[in-house]
Amino acid sequence: MTDKEENDKMAHLITRRTALALGGSALVAGTAGAQQIQTQPAQAPNLPIEQGASLRMLRPVRFVQPDEDVWRANCARFTERTGVQVRVDFVGWEDITQQTAVTANSGAGPDVIVGFDAAPHIYADKVHDLTDIANYLGQKYGGWRPLARSYGTRQGRWIGLPFGSTGGPLIWRTSALREAGFERPPEDLPGFLRMCQALKRINKPVGFALGNAVGDGNAFANWLLWSHGAYLVDEEGRVAINRPETINALNYLKELYPTFVNGTLAWNDVSNNRAYTAQEVFVTQNGVSLYFSLKNDPATAAIAEDTQMTLMPKGLADSTPNAGLTMNAMVFKHSRFPNASKALLVFLMETEQYDPWLQANIGYWSQPLNAYAASATWTQDPKISVFRDTMNSTFWNGYKGPITEGSAAATADYVTVQMCASVASGQATPQQAAAEAERRARRYFRAR
Amino acid sequence: MSTATSTAPAWVRQRQQPGALARLFDSKPFLIVVCLLPAVGLLMTFLTYPLGLGIWLAFTDQTIGRPGIYIGLENFEFLFEDPIFWGAVFYSVFYTAIATVGKFGLGLWLALLLNQHLPMKSILRAIILLPWIVPTVLSAIAFWWIYDPQFSILSWLAMKIGIRETPFDFINSAWPARWSLIWANIWRGIPFVAISLLAGLQTISPSLYEAALLDGASPWQRFRYITFPMLLPILAIVMTFSIIFTFTDFQLVYAITRGGPVNSTHLLATLAFQRGIPGGQLGEGAAIAVSMIPFLVFATLFSYFALARRKWQQGEAND
Repeated sequence: MTDKEENDKMAHLITRRTALALGGSALVAGTAGAQQIQTQPAQAPNLPIEQGASLRMLRPVRFVQPDEDVWRANCARFTERTGVQVRVDFVGWEDITQQTAVTANSGAGPDVIVGFDAAPHIYADKVHDLTDIANYLGQKYGGWRPLARSYGTRQGRWIGLPFGSTGGPLIWRTSALREAGFERPPEDLPGFLRMCQALKRINKPVGFALGNAVGDGNAFANWLLWSHGAYLVDEEGRVAINRPETINALNYLKELYPTFVNGTLAWNDVSNNRAYTAQEVFVTQNGVSLYFSLKNDPATAAIAEDTQMTLMPKGLADSTPNAGLTMNAMVFKHSRFPNASKALLVFLMETEQYDPWLQANIGYWSQPLNAYAASATWTQDPKISVFRDTMNSTFWNGYKGPITEGSAAATADYVTVQMCASVASGQATPQQAAAEAERRARRYFRAR
Repeated sequence: MSTATSTAPAWVRQRQQPGALARLFDSKPFLIVVCLLPAVGLLMTFLTYPLGLGIWLAFTDQTIGRPGIYIGLENFEFLFEDPIFWGAVFYSVFYTAIATVGKFGLGLWLALLLNQHLPMKSILRAIILLPWIVPTVLSAIAFWWIYDPQFSILSWLAMKIGIRETPFDFINSAWPARWSLIWANIWRGIPFVAISLLAGLQTISPSLYEAALLDGASPWQRFRYITFPMLLPILAIVMTFSIIFTFTDFQLVYAITRGGPVNSTHLLATLAFQRGIPGGQLGEGAAIAVSMIPFLVFATLFSYFALARRKWQQGEAND
């Protein structure tokens, strides 16, 4: 079990009951809510379903129980309409990468896999072109959002169909910020630094993971780099980390790090959740699970009340430097029923199915299609609305190069996280750290 | 008559010619093959094949998601210049050396104590085994909490008593993290050593001690000239196992620090996993794992030849 999962499980032991209630009402409200979703006329692609088709689908495990319930119900409805049996298996987050690899390499197994982020790009020659259904959905639902296009397309072709994304905004305590003299976190980098320093002075420090934390550590390192105009690889996929922008970012971190609570170098994905819940830190970066775990536990409800979430400061970037973890569906060429597979994906993205599913997830996943921004999901709790535009990010994992297995591997091996951590801990100068990150990244991005 | 007797066929009980199957089962070469086949098959499938595959992978650039091609020593060349790999080599050796010394020092001491006539001896011995019985991941998680930068119980105690203002830094910087992990490993390894050595102690004949007592030997002399030499054979075996377990340790480090902060606590096993599975570089991960083999062979040979010096241990008669 990943830390992320563990963390979310911990959160969901508490939230499940509430979530179930929410999910139940979402199921009922499905058709009513659907009216809010604006659609444009679009010609559905002709997908004659193959004789005797039956499908197997692999998907990452749920955040909340209603996620799985509604997903299964949607697939059952597809079976009802088309007679195509659909078997869905929910797989642990850490296993899905390996299972996708085995499926792709052996040419056997599930017809459809909903993987993460880069998966369709890594197996680009093993998956079907989805341009027809993506164009149809895009036209019907007001267009795909930037992050969906980044992860879904390769050289102008759609190879993946993003289902949703979960981002990591800044999560902060209103009272602490007010005490430090801030109404809300500043958008500019010097201002953000001043806020962190002011919080340190009143002994209500910030904390961002600099340990080997796949989710939180990479999210923070990416924010730091992107908000300074730095990036790991350039448009052509050449390693471009050892540049002045990176040095600036690392110098900024040298000033920022002393404002952190102790121990962030050893933090993993659950550490900041615990520290925030225990009121050891008052500002951190995390996914939505932290807020729900606070809100649903009577002991911490007051903290949730005092908590606000805003997008990470933009710094020098044009849009928020945060690339949400994205569920990305692909149809394998080995499938004997490509039309049925594509029809299923389209079916799941249509309002009658997608909107109830989005609502059942109470904000954990954010839509890839513009029209679903009007979903009731985002009005249930105003604090959650910060997640509504997660997929409007113009950044992605491995920005700004082509999406390859190199970007996924560099993330998993903490190349940029450790670059930041070595500067923060004083083990390396920014120049040394950037050179070391360059050396490591070159290995992952070498031409094969 | 004589002709009659000579011509009359002497009755000999015809020896039944055994059937083909019986002859087959009587054949020694066949029996050897048949009896060995299951064992050899199992060994080949579950030991030789994975090991061979691992070694082969070390010479390819295979990643998760793409079959590799043979690239010769390229992986090893990269590792040779990789400071993180050398950091892992250093820490693996350091971790194994210090933890083994610690485990054997404390384990031997514990075994000697347990060998005394104590009240409730059996219960005590059972309790001593507990750290070893508990699954490593569980004890690792316990230690992870103990070492947590914010929520360590030790920090909390120290701050309650008032001897510290801030929490202890257990795993937030390189050297404290290294020592913390070594301590966790020692804690976990003591019972194995203590119980094994206790078994060895109990095989030492009391008459030797009685004779020594009559000669006026001091406790130290009894330990030095009776206990220790008699214990040496089992010490050699236990130490070999312990070194192998410690050098290839994975769970404690991965659960507590994941090799952090900044790769300062990576062991070769955790680094191999980190590069091979999450990082997806199967070839490189395999190369790191393969590079553990020389260390393990050396450690094993050292324990055998340095500690098992008596001739009967090497298959000769004792003098």
